[in-house]
Order: sequence, then structure tokens, then C-alpha cells
Amino acid sequence: MDPLEIARWQFGITTVYHFWLVPLTLGLGPVVAIMQTLWVRTGNEQYLRMTKFWGKLYLINFILGVATGIVQEFQFGMAWSEYSRFVGDVFGAPLAMEGLLAFFFESTFLGLWIFGWSRLPKRMHLAALWIAVAGSLVSAFFIIVANSWMQHPVGVKLVNGHPVMTDIWAVLTNNTALNAWSHTLCGAFCVGGAFLLGIAWYHLWRRRRDGIDTVDATGRVVVGEAPEIPGRDRTDHRVWLSSLRMGAVVAIVAFAGVAITGDAQAKLMFQQQPMKMAAAEAACQTGTSFSVLSLGDVGSADCSNVVGVIEIPGLLSFLANGNMTTTVKGVDALVPEYQAKYGATLPDNPIYGSRAGEAIRYVPIMAVTYWGFRLMILFGALAAFAAAVALWLTRKGTVPGSVWIMRLAILGIQAPFAASAAGWIFTEMGRQPFVVAPNPTPGGIDGVFMYTAAAVSPGVTAGELLFSLIALTLVYGALMVVEVRLMVRYIRGGVVSAMPELAAHDDTPTTPTDRDSDDVLSFAY
Amino acid sequence: MEILPTVWFVVIAVLWTGYLVLEGFDLGVGMHLLVSARTETDRRVMLNSIGPVWDGNEVWLVTAGAATFAAFPFWYASLFSALYLPLVAVLLGLIFRAVAIEYRGKGASDRWRRVWTLALGAGSFVAAFGIGALLALTTTGLPLDANGDRVGGPWAWFSPWAIVGGLAVVGFCLVHSSAFLALKTDGPVRVAARRRTVAWTPLAVIPIVVWVVGVQLRHGSIVTWSLVVLAVAALVWGWVAARASCEGQAFAGIALFLVLGVAAIFGASYPVVLPSTLDPAWSLTVATASSSPYTLGVMSWVAAFGVPLVIAYQAWSYWVFRRRISGAHIPEPHAVLPAVRR
Repeated sequence: MDPLEIARWQFGITTVYHFWLVPLTLGLGPVVAIMQTLWVRTGNEQYLRMTKFWGKLYLINFILGVATGIVQEFQFGMAWSEYSRFVGDVFGAPLAMEGLLAFFFESTFLGLWIFGWSRLPKRMHLAALWIAVAGSLVSAFFIIVANSWMQHPVGVKLVNGHPVMTDIWAVLTNNTALNAWSHTLCGAFCVGGAFLLGIAWYHLWRRRRDGIDTVDATGRVVVGEAPEIPGRDRTDHRVWLSSLRMGAVVAIVAFAGVAITGDAQAKLMFQQQPMKMAAAEAACQTGTSFSVLSLGDVGSADCSNVVGVIEIPGLLSFLANGNMTTTVKGVDALVPEYQAKYGATLPDNPIYGSRAGEAIRYVPIMAVTYWGFRLMILFGALAAFAAAVALWLTRKGTVPGSVWIMRLAILGIQAPFAASAAGWIFTEMGRQPFVVAPNPTPGGIDGVFMYTAAAVSPGVTAGELLFSLIALTLVYGALMVVEVRLMVRYIRGGVVSAMPELAAHDDTPTTPTDRDSDDVLSFAY
Repeated sequence: MEILPTVWFVVIAVLWTGYLVLEGFDLGVGMHLLVSARTETDRRVMLNSIGPVWDGNEVWLVTAGAATFAAFPFWYASLFSALYLPLVAVLLGLIFRAVAIEYRGKGASDRWRRVWTLALGAGSFVAAFGIGALLALTTTGLPLDANGDRVGGPWAWFSPWAIVGGLAVVGFCLVHSSAFLALKTDGPVRVAARRRTVAWTPLAVIPIVVWVVGVQLRHGSIVTWSLVVLAVAALVWGWVAARASCEGQAFAGIALFLVLGVAAIFGASYPVVLPSTLDPAWSLTVATASSSPYTLGVMSWVAAFGVPLVIAYQAWSYWVFRRRISGAHIPEPHAVLPAVRR
């Protein structure tokens, strides 16, 4: 058993899992904060219900993100001690800043928000949510600063072979980080939008199915109410229609952002990590064409099997450089360059263990980069297209009665999630064989790099890693089942699941505002 | 003496102290929920006494870890990789604890609650024990080679100090949380917690005293020994106050005991941050484990700005939730049923 492979699987599984939760936290938080702002400003009951319902789902998801986030931080020291020693001088700083300047805000003010409904004045309670949400966005920034340094190691000089930080400002304003952060946030908003859309669709459909809402001859909605079902009143219809439209608009606008930031990101990547982008394109030969579809074994290292089936002349060049004619280097041209710069074999250093002297594979696993890149774009575009269709289909105030379209809308929630995961898998696997990637282009930073093979903890055994890999995977899997079931239960319950007071006394808005009242807690575990 | 690494040694000590003082009662409440609570109402009173604040408290651990990474990467790398298995246990414990707090009240069945109560209690216990073992071993030493890597396999970290440290933090959490519950709740939970603080304190602090004195016997100075004396005095004050039903003073005394005890331990260990039991020359010190002066300088600004700010708004959140919680404040659990026409 190879400790390196196990450690990589563990990092991959725990990170993808963590990032299945985080985009929803990032994407849903601002939306809930906007809903509460609308409530505070208008006093409209509809927005209070939206805040409560979506806020509840936000929290069910948030906690698992928090719980799995600590694993990420500890893992660097536990499984990747050589990496931690090598990069600690520069990599630890953004992580510590994340804790001190973002995560503390996020956690403390979220606690104030959850329990503060009747303890804080209305506006201060709203501010608590905004601070918590801002904390999560800033938190994402610092984490991406750390990750981006591994892609584009700026702001350091080498002292005795170790990078030593010389310029924190360069690290924080790393162009890779600014791009990746905005790209990631747009992706997360897409996730939040699709989540709103799918679930709101279900409720509008349920209202039609239960005969509460009907449509007239022109297809326009006739809103009704069901007094025997708590919360299924006329306001309830507005809750879901507004949520649906809000979600669709957020998803569409966010996807535009994803495309713009993604384009900028790709142009940077062509400069900084040409091999990653060549592998993303399965671009074996140098040229200008973009591969829409390549057949053959795109996973082969030597490119001999890859055949472009559909290619668009000039497009690759346009993506990389903004014009149609400048050629983009292919894998076949890049491999000798990498070998000349960084050597053809791993150095004879005990740090590489049995790998010392092994030939270095500079081409990432092309099947992963090629398809990861395409699935990211496909799923993202699919979500945005579906959101536009959803807006059109609901223009008359409710959804079609079809159960299949409803199921598609629910399924569609997963599309931007999958796009986010595919994007991260692409960019992290595309960085291999490096954990800190050199930028071998004119003007790039090409002296600071580390092979992944050198990063794993030398003292930790394969058995320990295997144990934790299995334990974490099983626990994560079980918790995912619990979370999804809990989510489904609260989703099917509708607004009343987050506002039990609706069941108690019909539709009188009940928001205790007297702060020092000795009443029952408005929320309790 | 190098100024910046020393400053950061102090910052790390402060972060760990903050973690133990604040999470100490969260983890202890988790354990009490499983072993001490009599009724479901008691359990919910206990849980809601930490409800608004536990997540913010846990960030002290995240920050202590990240700050160690930033300021002392070699300490972070050696300690965390050497204690691989105990830290896996800590992580699993913290995961179960966190999820249990949030999910326990979201199901109506008794079985659902029993399972999450168990996850909460066991998770809190494992996390407290593992953190205690980690802190004890970083003061008493691990079998590290010249590179700082553990020699001798997955269990080579084990020594009696791991048990002492584990029990020390568990014992502290149990009495600290009793004092906390006496201060923050009302009704039967308060009465029982007050009684427990008095009864359990003399026994529960034995391991922590063994650890503190053990470290002093190796490296103690007149300054750190005086801290030990002050710590014991604070403890006696807290215990006497607990007997006299002065709940605020009891809580303060026990918290102060921990602060001074941790100060005595870190003070005596300085400048060594992680001793090697194989060769003293391989021990990590504030000088050999630290980051560059530039990084430490940057981080000093961040900490000088960030730590007081965190303390300020966390203190404010405690002020907002200053009210005692009793059974009368706990809302009825409500079943979540599908909103469908049957």
C-alpha cells in the first residue's frame, strides 16, 4: 500500500465532500439575508416566511460544512507534514487570517442570528446575519488565497530551498486568487439559485396537485388556500413564486458571472500552468483549434491515441489569448520544456522514498482534466438554461402540473453542485504532479515548486492513513444520508416546518419583538 | 531571546487557553447531557445554555491550529503528524458533537434523540480527551527524529502523559461545565450542577494538577511555580465560592485556575515547543520551529487587531444571551409533517 496514494484519496474525498456543502452555504446565505432585509424594510409577512424557511435549510447544511471544515485544516499537518514544513511560512498565514478575521465572525454572529430572533432589536438581528454571511464570503477568500498560492506561488523568495514570504500583499492580491474567488462565488450563487428554484417548484407543483391552486382558461393561476394544511394559505403561494423567481434570476445572473470570470481564469491558467490547460483540451499538438470532442484514449500519457473529432479552428487561441491566430502549445511541446526545466526524474532524495529516481509524469490524467473541464461547463450551462426555461414556464404565476418536470427541477438542483465539484477536481488534478505548481512561462514564477510525491508525512504509515480514509468516508457517507433525509423532511413540511407558530394560530404574524420578555425561546435545540 | 517567536508562543498559549476556557464548558455540557441529565427537559436546558455560543467557541481551536501552522509550521507538522490516530479520533468526535447539537432537536422520536445524545456525549468526551493528550504530549515529548518525524509506528506517541493529559481536560470540562450550568440555568439543572461542582471538583482536578506539577518538576522556575500556587489558590477560591453558592465566583475561580495552570505549563516548557524523547538536540524550540520574522510580523498585526476584536464581540454575544435558561423557556418539540392534502 502506498501512503501517498491513500493520502491523496483522503484529501480528494474529504475536500470534494466539504465543497459539496460549502457552495450552498456561500450561495444561500446572501439570499436569505436579502429576504430578511426585504422583511425588515417592508414588514411583509411573505418575506419573513421566506427567511425562516430558507434559513432553516441553510442551517441544516451549514453545520455539516463547519464539522468537515476542521478536518481540512488539520489534515495538512497530519497527512502532509512535509508540505506543511515546506510552505508553512506563507501558506499558514491566510489560514490563520481566515480563522481570526472571518470564521470567528461567521460562527459568533450566526449564533446571534439563530437565537437572537427575540433577543435582539430587528435591525441588529438583521445585521448579525449580514455579518455572518460576509464572514463566510471572506472566509472563502482566504482559503482560495491559500489554494491559489499553490497554483501561482507569488510573494516569496527562496531561502535554503524553502519559500519565505516577502510580500503578504502580493499573496493576498494574487491574480489567480482574485479570479478563482469571484469564479467560485459566482458558482456558489448558481448553486443557491438552483436550490431555491427546485424546491420552490416542488411546492408550487404540490399546491396544484392538492387542488389548492388551479389555472384558468388562459393558463393564469387562480390562487386558493387549504385551511386544513398549516401554512397552505394565499401568502404561501407568493412565498414559493417569489423564491422560484429569485432563484432563477440569481442562477442566470450568477452563470453570466461564472462565464466571465471563468474566461479570465482560463486565460491566466494558459499563462501560469500551460500543461493544465493543454491537458484540459487534450491538446496534444500545438495549434489554435478547440476540441469540442476528442475520441480515443484521452487518458494516455503520450497522446498517441487522441483523435480530435470535432474541432473549432481558432477557438482555443481565442480562449487563451483573445485572438484567433496565436498558437497554443500542446502537450507534446510542453513535456520536453518541463523536463528541461525541472528534470526528467525525481531527485535522489530520501524524501521521495522508493519513488526517488522515478520518471516524472508531467501530463495530468487527461481523462480527468478533459472531462472535468467539460462537465463543469456543461452542468453550469445546463443550470442556467433550465433557470431561463423555468422563468418562462412560470410566467403565468404557477408551474405546469407535470410531475416529470417537477422531478427535473429537483434533479436540476444537483447540476451546479456537480459543476463546482468538476471544476475543483479539474484544477486540483490538473496541477499534478506538483502540489505547488511552477509557472514555466516567460515572466512566470518558475523556481518555487514542490512535487506531490514529496509532500506526504514521512512518519505516518499506510495503515493509519487507510484507517482514517475508511473511517472518514463511512462517517461522511452516513452523515450525508442523515442530512439529505432531514432536508427532505423539512422541505416537504413547507414553511410551517420552520415556523411552527403558523400551525398554532392561523396566519397572524408572530414575531416577538419585546427583547427582555421572559417567554419561551423563539428557537431552541 | 527572539522577540517575535516568543510573542507568538504567547499568542498560541492564549489561543489554547481561550479554547479550553470556552469550549471547556461546551464539551463538558455535552458529556453531562449523556451522564448527568435526568429528564429530556434537563437535557434541552443544558443544550440550550451553550446553544448560541458553542460554534464561536470552537473557532478558538481552528484558530489555534491555523496560528500554529502560520507561526510555527514545524511544530504544527511534527505534532499533528505524530499524533495521527488521536487526531482522527478528535476530528470524528468534533464532527459528531457538532452535528448532534444541530440535528438532535430536529427529530421527534425518542430513538433519534437517544442516538444524538450518545453522539454528543461520546463525541465531546473523545474530543476533550484527545485535545488533552495532544497538549500534554507537546509539553512532555514525542519520539521524533532529526527531521521532526515520529519514529516507531502508529502508537509510538503513547505515554502515560497522554492519559494524564486526556483525563486532565476531561476532568476540567466536567467541573467547569458544572459551574457554567449553575451560572447559566435555573431550576433542577442549576441545583444539581451546583452540587456537582462542589462534589466533583476535588477529584476531577487531580490529573490536571499531576500534569502541571509534572512539567514544573522538569523545567519549573520560580515564576512558573508561583503561577502554580496562584492557580491552586484560584481553585480553592472557586470551590469555596461554589460551596457558598456564589455561582459567578465559582465559575471565575475554576476558569482562573485553568488560565494560570496553562500559563505555568507553557511558561515552564518555553522555549521548547515539542521535546524529542530520542535526542534533546532534536527538540523543536520557538527559534527552530518558527516562521520568518516577516511572516511573524504580518501575523502580529493581524493578531493585534483580530484577537481583541474577537474577544469584544464574543463577550457581547454572552451579554446578549446572559439570561438563565430553565425548563419554562424550552418550547414544545414540534413534529415536521409533509404539507400535503391527504
